[in-house]
Amino acid sequence: MFQNEDILRAFQNTIVLAVISTLVATLLGTIFALAMERYPWGKRARGFLENLLYLPVVTPDIILAAALVIAFSLLRMVSSLFELGLFSMIIGHVTFQIAFVTLVVQSRLKGLGRDLDEAARDLYASSWYLLRKVQIPLLMPGIVAGAMLAFTLSLDDFVISFFTAGPNSQTLPLVIYGSVRRGVTPEIHALSTIVFLATILLVLGSERLTRRG
Amino acid sequence: MNQLLVWYGELTSRSALTRRGLFQLIVPVLWLLLFLVLPSMLLVGVAFMQRGAYGEVVWSFSLENLQRLLGYGLFGWSPDNMVILARSVWVAFVTTLVSVILAYPLAFFIASRPSRTRYLWLTLVIIPFWTNLVIRTYSWQLLLAPELPPARIAAFLHLVPPDSALYPSSFAVYIGMISAFLPFVVMPLYSSVERLDWSLVEAAHDLYAGPARVFSQSVLPQTLPGLVVGIILTFIPAMGMFVIPDLLGGAKYLLVGNLIQQQFFSSRDWPFGAALCIGLVLLTLLALGIYRRQGRNVDLA
Repeated sequence: MFQNEDILRAFQNTIVLAVISTLVATLLGTIFALAMERYPWGKRARGFLENLLYLPVVTPDIILAAALVIAFSLLRMVSSLFELGLFSMIIGHVTFQIAFVTLVVQSRLKGLGRDLDEAARDLYASSWYLLRKVQIPLLMPGIVAGAMLAFTLSLDDFVISFFTAGPNSQTLPLVIYGSVRRGVTPEIHALSTIVFLATILLVLGSERLTRRG
Repeated sequence: MNQLLVWYGELTSRSALTRRGLFQLIVPVLWLLLFLVLPSMLLVGVAFMQRGAYGEVVWSFSLENLQRLLGYGLFGWSPDNMVILARSVWVAFVTTLVSVILAYPLAFFIASRPSRTRYLWLTLVIIPFWTNLVIRTYSWQLLLAPELPPARIAAFLHLVPPDSALYPSSFAVYIGMISAFLPFVVMPLYSSVERLDWSLVEAAHDLYAGPARVFSQSVLPQTLPGLVVGIILTFIPAMGMFVIPDLLGGAKYLLVGNLIQQQFFSSRDWPFGAALCIGLVLLTLLALGIYRRQGRNVDLA
C-alpha cells in the first residue's frame, strides 16, 4: 500500500486540504465571531449575519456542492485559478467550516462576559493590546475546539470534495469510494483501517484537550 | 447620530464602532457572499435555463426543468421523479423516527452509567460519528455479504435466495441510514438527559402517572431542546444523502441525492440537477415548517 503512488498522493492531498482549509476557516470564523459579538449591531444586521451563518448548516451539503460546481464554472471565465482541483476544494471546505468555527467561538465569547474587557480598557489597553493579551488567550480553548471540529469535518467530508475535485486532487475518501464502486482491492481494507484508526486518535486527542480546557 | 457611548469599557462613538465592526466583518462576509450566496443564486438561475447538446448550459429561459421535475417529459407524464422525491422524504422520516426511538433508551443508559465508564460509552458513540461515511457504508457492504450470518439467517428463513448478499436493497439503505444518523440524535439527546431534573419524574410517579404519562409530561418536555437539535441534524442531511443509497441501494432504491449526482456527473444536465436541488430545498423547508407547527402545538398542550 505504501508503494501505491495514487494512495500516497491522495494522502498528501487530504492532509494539505484539511490543514489549509482549517487554518483559513479558523481565522475567518474567529474574526466573524468577534465582530458579531463585540459590536452593537442592530436587529436586522444581526439577523442577516445569523442567516448567512446558518445557511450552510441547515441545507443538505449536496446543494452547496452543486451550487459551487456551477459557480466555479462561471468564475473560471474570470480566472483559471478556479479550475476544479485542490484550490476549489479548499474554497468549498472553508465555506462550510466557517459556520462551525464561528458558532463554537461565539458560545465561548458569550460565556466570557465583558468584565475582563472593561478591566483591560480601564488600564488603558489599546484595542490591539486587548485583542492580543486578553481576548485571544481567553478564547484559545474555543478557537482550538473550533479548529479541531473544522479539521475533522474536512477529513470527514465526502460530498463537497466529490463534486469539486479535479483529476489530480483525489483525497482518501474519494479513492476509497472509487475503488468500492469498481470492486475492491485489499489495499483499500488496509487504507480504511488506517483512516479509521487516525479518526479514533483524533477524537481521543480532542476529548483530552477539551476536557482540560 | 454620532453619540458618545461606553462600550466594553471603552469611550467611543456609535459610528466609530460601526466602522470598526464593518472593517472586521468585510473579509468573512465577502467570502460567504462570493462562495455561498452567489452560488446559491446561480443554482436557482440555472434551474430555469436549458441544456445544450454537449451538456453545456444554454442561457435562455425555460420552465422545462420544473416540468420535468413534476414528471412531464418527452414521453408524457411519468411518476418516476415524484416517486424518488417522495421516497427521499419517506426514508428521511423513517430514519429520523427510528433513530429517535433507539436514541432515548441509549441516552438514558449512558447517563445512568457511573462516571468512569460513561466516557467509554460516549466515546463508542462519538467514534462512528466522526468516522468517514464512505468507510462506514462500505463496512456495511462487508457485513451484509452472502458469507456472513445476517445473509445466512435471511436465506435460512427464505427471505432472500441462498448465497446472495443483503444489498443492494431498501433494507440495506435503512440499516445504513439509521446507523449513520443514530449518533447525531444520541449526542444532543444525551446532553439533555444528563441535565434532567429527576425530581419532576418522581413527582409524576407520586401522582400515579403511568409510564406513558411520565414520559410525555415530565421527560419529553425536559429533553425537547436536545431532541429538536437531533431531529434537525438527522432529517436535513438524510434528505440529501447519496453515499448510502448509492453503495447500499444501487439502482433499485434511488433517492433524490443520487438523481442530483447523476445530473452533475454522468448525464451532464446541470439545469435539471439545479431544479432537483430546488425541489430538495423546498421539501426540506416544507418538512421543517410542518415540524415547527407541530412543535408549537405540543408546546401549547
